[in-house]
Amino acid sequence: MKTLYDKSIPGRRATRPVESGVPVESSLPTALLRNQAAALPELSELDVVRHFTGLSRLNFGVDTGFYPLGSCTMKYNPKLAEVASRNPGFAALHPLLPQLSGGEIMVQGALAVLYAMDRILSEIAGMAKFTLQPLAGAHGELTGVLIIAAYHKDRGNRKKTMLIPDSAHGTNPASAAIAGFKVKTVPSTEDGLLDIDALAALLDDVVAGLMLTCPNTLGLSNPKIREIAERMHAVDGLVYGDGANLNALLGRCRPGDLGFDVVHINLHKTFATPHGGGGPGAGPVGVAEKLIPYLPVSVVSERPDGTYYLEYDRPKSIGYMSPFYGNFGIILRAYTYLLMVGREGLPRISGNAVLNANYVLARLRPHFEYPVKNSQPCKHECVLSAARQAKAGVRALDIAKALIDYGFHPPTIYFPLTVKECLMIEPTETESKETLDAFCDAMIAIARLAEEAPESLRETPRTTPVSRLDEVKAARELDVAAS
Amino acid sequence: MPFIANTNAQQKEMLGAIGAGCIEDLFADIPARLRCGELDIPSGLSEQEVRNRLDALAKRNNVDYISFLGGGFYDHYIPAAVDAIVGRSEFYTAYTPYQPEISQGTLQAIYEYQSAICRLTGMETANASLYDGGTAICEAIMMAAHITDRKRIVIDDSVNPIYRKMVRSYTSNLGIELVEIPSRDGLPDPDAIQAALDERTAALVLQTPNFFGCVADGSNLSARIHEHGGLSIISTYPLALGILRPPGESGADIAVAEGQSLGLALSFGGPYLGVLTTRKKFARKMPGRIAGRTTDTQGREGFVLTLQAREQHIRREKATSNICTNQALCALTSLVYLSLLGKEGLPEVAKVCADKAAYARKRLLQVPGVSLQFPAERPFFNEFVLRLPMAADKVIRRLFLRGIAAGFPLGRYWPEMDNCLLLAVTEKRTKEEIDFLAHALEAIL
Repeated sequence: MKTLYDKSIPGRRATRPVESGVPVESSLPTALLRNQAAALPELSELDVVRHFTGLSRLNFGVDTGFYPLGSCTMKYNPKLAEVASRNPGFAALHPLLPQLSGGEIMVQGALAVLYAMDRILSEIAGMAKFTLQPLAGAHGELTGVLIIAAYHKDRGNRKKTMLIPDSAHGTNPASAAIAGFKVKTVPSTEDGLLDIDALAALLDDVVAGLMLTCPNTLGLSNPKIREIAERMHAVDGLVYGDGANLNALLGRCRPGDLGFDVVHINLHKTFATPHGGGGPGAGPVGVAEKLIPYLPVSVVSERPDGTYYLEYDRPKSIGYMSPFYGNFGIILRAYTYLLMVGREGLPRISGNAVLNANYVLARLRPHFEYPVKNSQPCKHECVLSAARQAKAGVRALDIAKALIDYGFHPPTIYFPLTVKECLMIEPTETESKETLDAFCDAMIAIARLAEEAPESLRETPRTTPVSRLDEVKAARELDVAAS
Repeated sequence: MPFIANTNAQQKEMLGAIGAGCIEDLFADIPARLRCGELDIPSGLSEQEVRNRLDALAKRNNVDYISFLGGGFYDHYIPAAVDAIVGRSEFYTAYTPYQPEISQGTLQAIYEYQSAICRLTGMETANASLYDGGTAICEAIMMAAHITDRKRIVIDDSVNPIYRKMVRSYTSNLGIELVEIPSRDGLPDPDAIQAALDERTAALVLQTPNFFGCVADGSNLSARIHEHGGLSIISTYPLALGILRPPGESGADIAVAEGQSLGLALSFGGPYLGVLTTRKKFARKMPGRIAGRTTDTQGREGFVLTLQAREQHIRREKATSNICTNQALCALTSLVYLSLLGKEGLPEVAKVCADKAAYARKRLLQVPGVSLQFPAERPFFNEFVLRLPMAADKVIRRLFLRGIAAGFPLGRYWPEMDNCLLLAVTEKRTKEEIDFLAHALEAIL
C-alpha cells in the first residue's frame, strides 16, 4: 500500500488550528527555531482515516481469527476493559498529581486500582507483594534481577552468575546481563526438563540465582520444582520465575508455594490485555517477604482509614524502574478482567487452557514428531517438531506460511531453540473445540501435502497481499524511513 | 465470566480424545502438596456490575480542574479520529509482526512512524520499541557505552529528575560512572560541562526544552563532547519540535523523547511511548524492533522487522538490549496524531502553546510578589518557573481548592527552590483560564 507520504498533497489539511486568543506572541530567538516545517503528511481527515482503515485490514488479530502463537497467550481481550481505560476519570489523570500537596486525594480511585491489583496478584502468585512499575515482561525481568542483585549486595554476598536453562526466553539472559550478571546455561534432559545434575554441578558460592519459566517453554511443568528451589536456597541463590506461562497454573498452584522468590507476570498474556501489535504490555513483579525492601519506589499503601498513599522513603529500594506507577491503562484493563473472572474463574481458565493444548497435541501427534521423551500431559501449550516434514524439504517456516492460507495465524516457530523445526502451539482457553478442530484439520492437511506435494507448500502464502518477503535485502539495503 | 467457549459436553468429548478422565487428570504431574486451595480474591461479577464499580472508582479521581501541570507530561488536545483509528481491533489485538504477510498494517505503520519521527527530529533512523521517555534515555546511555566502549556519562541536572533517577537504577550494576552537572540559571552550565568531559566520557546527556522549560542550544555542547570522541544524547519534547530546531540539527547522535505529547492520554503515567532515534551509522547498535522496507517474491513492496540479529532471541546475553516489546499501538497513536495535525498543523499547535505560555508568564508576573526564578531572557517553549513569596507547595494546595492544578513544586527535587512553581500551558488553556489563575493567585498571596 502507498505510504502516507506518497499520498500527501501540498496544502491539504485535516485539522483547523485553534486560535491563540491571547494578545502576546512567543519571542523565541530564530537560532532556536526550525528553518522549515517538518515534512509531515498533508492529508484530509478522510484521507487519514481511509489510510489507516486500509492498513488495519492488512493485519491479523485475535479478533480476526485463531492466533495460537506459543508463549504469547493470545486470548480474547474483553471489550469492557477498553471502555474502562478510556473513562476520562482515568485517562485524563496526570501522573504527577499525587506528588503535589493536596493531590493525593484527587487520585484515590487510581491508587485503589493499583492497591487492589497488588493484593490480587500477590494472592494469585503466592508472593508477599507486587510492584506494578515494570512496563513489559522483559522490563519485569530486569526489575526482578536487579532486586536479586540488591538483595545479595545488601547481605554482603559476592554473587556473579545467573543460571538460565537452555530453553529459556532470550530476554532472560539479556536482562541478567544488564543487571551485571554473567550468564551460565543449564542444559535440559531428554524429557525436556531442567537437568538437575547439571544444575547441581554449576552451584557454587557465586551463583546469584536461577531464572526458570514455569511451566517451561516446552509447555511442561517440572515435578521437581521444589527440589530445585531448595538446592538454590541452600547456596543462598534466589529463584526467579518467568511468569510468561502463568495461564497454565491459575488458581491451581502458585509460584510462591513452588519456591520462587521473585516472579513477573505478563498482564498482556495471562490477564487478557491486548497485545497492541507488540506493545504496550505490563510486567508486574512479585517478591517474597524478604525481598520487599528492594522493590522499586514508589509503593502504594493503605492507611487505617481506608485511603491510599504512595511511599517514597525506601532506602534499600533498587530505585525507579519507570517514571510513575507502571502502565496504568494496562493495569486497569487487567483489573477489569480479573473483576469479571473472579476466584472461581481462575481454575476454569487454566483447566481449559490445558485441555485445549492437550486436545491439539492429541490430534496432531500422529502427524508430527513430539520432540520430548516425556509422558506428562502438556500444560497451556504444546511443542511439535516438523523434523519429519523437513526430510521432504518442508520446514517449520513452510508449515507456518501454509497455515496462513487456511485462515490461521501460525504458531511460534523455531523456539525454543532446543527443538529442531519447532512449532509451539498455545491455543488458550477462549478458543472453542470447533476452532481447534478446524486448525488441526488444516495442520493435518498440510502434513499430508508435505508428503504428497511438498513443492506446493514452498510458495505459500498465496492469499495475502504480499508473499514471502526478502529479509536479507531488508537488512542489507536498510530502508527504515521514507526519503 | 472467564470467557470460555467449550461446553461441558465438548470438554468431555475432548478429554475422551486425549484419553483423560477429567481436567484434573491433566494436572496430575503437579504434586498435591504444591497445589493451592481456593484463592482469597473476590468472586466474579457480571459486566454490568464491573462497569458500575469502575465508574465509581473513576469518580474517586478528580480530573475536573484547570491544569497547568506539565513536567514532561502534557494535557494536549487529541483529535477524535485518533481514538477511532487506534480503537480498531485489527491493530490492538495483533501481536508483534512475526509473520509479515499478515501484519503489513502494523509493519507499514511502524515504518511510517519511524519516518515521521525522523522528519520531526532531523535524525536518520528511529525505532518504535521503547516504553517511555525515561527508558529511552537509559537505553540511549547503554547504546552510547557500547558504541564508544566507554563507561562514563555526563548528564546535565536540568534533565527530568525522575529520568535521572531511572538512569541510576538502570546502570547501577554496569560499572557506569554517572556525573551530574548542576545547571546554571536554568540552563546547562557550559564551563562545568566542558570541565567534566574527558576521553573516557561515552556521552553527554542534555534535555531541551529542559525540566525548567528553558530551551537550550545543544549545538555547542554537542561539539564539545564530539571533541572528546563521545556522543551527544539529547532528550526533547516532540510536540515542541513543531517549531523548535530539531536535535538532528544540534549535533545529537542519539535523540530521545517521551512521545506522550503526540496524541497519547495522560492515563496516570502510562502507557506512553519512548522515542529513540539515531544516525544511520548507529542503526545496528539500536535496541528494539525496527521495521524496514523490502520486496516480496514477486517484486511487490512490503515491510518486515529487520536487523533482528541484534536482538535477544538470537543473541541472548550478548544482545544490544533486553527490549522485545515494540510499543506499536502507542507509536501508531502518535503517527495518527502527526498525520492529522500534518505539516501545517503541528507548528500551529506548537506556536499556540508557546504564545499562551508567553501570555501566562507576562500576566502572572503582574501578580504582586511573583517573580521569575531565572533571567527573563531565557528562551522558553510552554513551561516556565515562577518564584513565589511562599512555599510553592502551599500555593498549589490552596489553588486546588479553587479548581486549579497550578503546576509542579520544584522544591520536591531541588530543595533550594522551595518557592518555585513550574507551570505548563498547552493549547487547551484559554486566556480566561489564565486570567482566572492570575486572580486566584493574587487572592491567596
